[in-house]
Amino acid sequence: MYKVKVYVTLRESVLDPQGVAVKDALHTMNYAEVADVRIGKYLELQLEDVANVDERVKEMCEKLLANTVIEDYRFDVEEVVPS
Amino acid sequence: MKFAVIVFPGSNCDADMYHAIKDGLGEEVEYVFHTETSLDGYDAVLLPGGFSHGDYLRSGAIARFAPIMPAVVEAANAGKPVLGVCNGFQILLESGLLPGAMKRNIDLKFICRNVELRVENNETVFTSSYKQGETVLIPVAHGEGNYECDDETYEKMLANKQIVFRYNEHVNGSKAQIAGIVNEQGNVLGMMPHPERAVDSLLGNQQGLALFTSILSNWRESYVTTS
Repeated sequence: MYKVKVYVTLRESVLDPQGVAVKDALHTMNYAEVADVRIGKYLELQLEDVANVDERVKEMCEKLLANTVIEDYRFDVEEVVPS
Repeated sequence: MKFAVIVFPGSNCDADMYHAIKDGLGEEVEYVFHTETSLDGYDAVLLPGGFSHGDYLRSGAIARFAPIMPAVVEAANAGKPVLGVCNGFQILLESGLLPGAMKRNIDLKFICRNVELRVENNETVFTSSYKQGETVLIPVAHGEGNYECDDETYEKMLANKQIVFRYNEHVNGSKAQIAGIVNEQGNVLGMMPHPERAVDSLLGNQQGLALFTSILSNWRESYVTTS
């Protein structure tokens, strides 16, 4: 089994309206040190044993999980032994 | 002329679209469920607004893989008019039939009101009944209508006259106030505002009807010329 953690965020070049709203809120709360906030999605996938797991997950990301026109993605694959 | 209104789980403007064709335009129209696989016999395809598949993941991202979508792509490639409004526009973007992507509105609010649009190109099958540069009042109702594309795509669309409608004001943060675009061939239109909600004088606004009469008169012209 694999546990895959996928992170999807808007590209650096794309303005993130939610991130801006949260940054403004943090500033209002006197956390002036916050220079930037980006909001994204975190997905956890459980995968059965499969060959070329990285390639499969990359495909899933590019086809469905991320919109590569405006989003970047990265993922970590962790092998888990079912107990 | 026979229109198909595609119904996804979560579509909520399908009945408005149906009404616009049946009662506004006076033409044939049928609902086609997303699990169908053929659009044979239809002359135009309408993707209505709503929240297909609950907008989970991203607006339109899951609908784009519905069983009916290969038939929608086929209709688009065959040159049939394909109109996507609001969520329908988002589905066209996700499926790659139109360039760009949608983000949350710049102020993060859901916007529901009439807005002024400028007709940027009246030489399309969707806009020929409007005047070039005309201002039309059409309702919007969306939370994710903030259109985004890279500069290269924008310049290309500008050169090809693919930008069909622009907002007259900053409505949602869209790049260059884009409200509606067509594909390179000009037979696929995506727009955030709802022309199908503006086809009846009883509701105080008929300015969307010209979009549907454009489709019909262009279809009649090509039908008469080719037969």
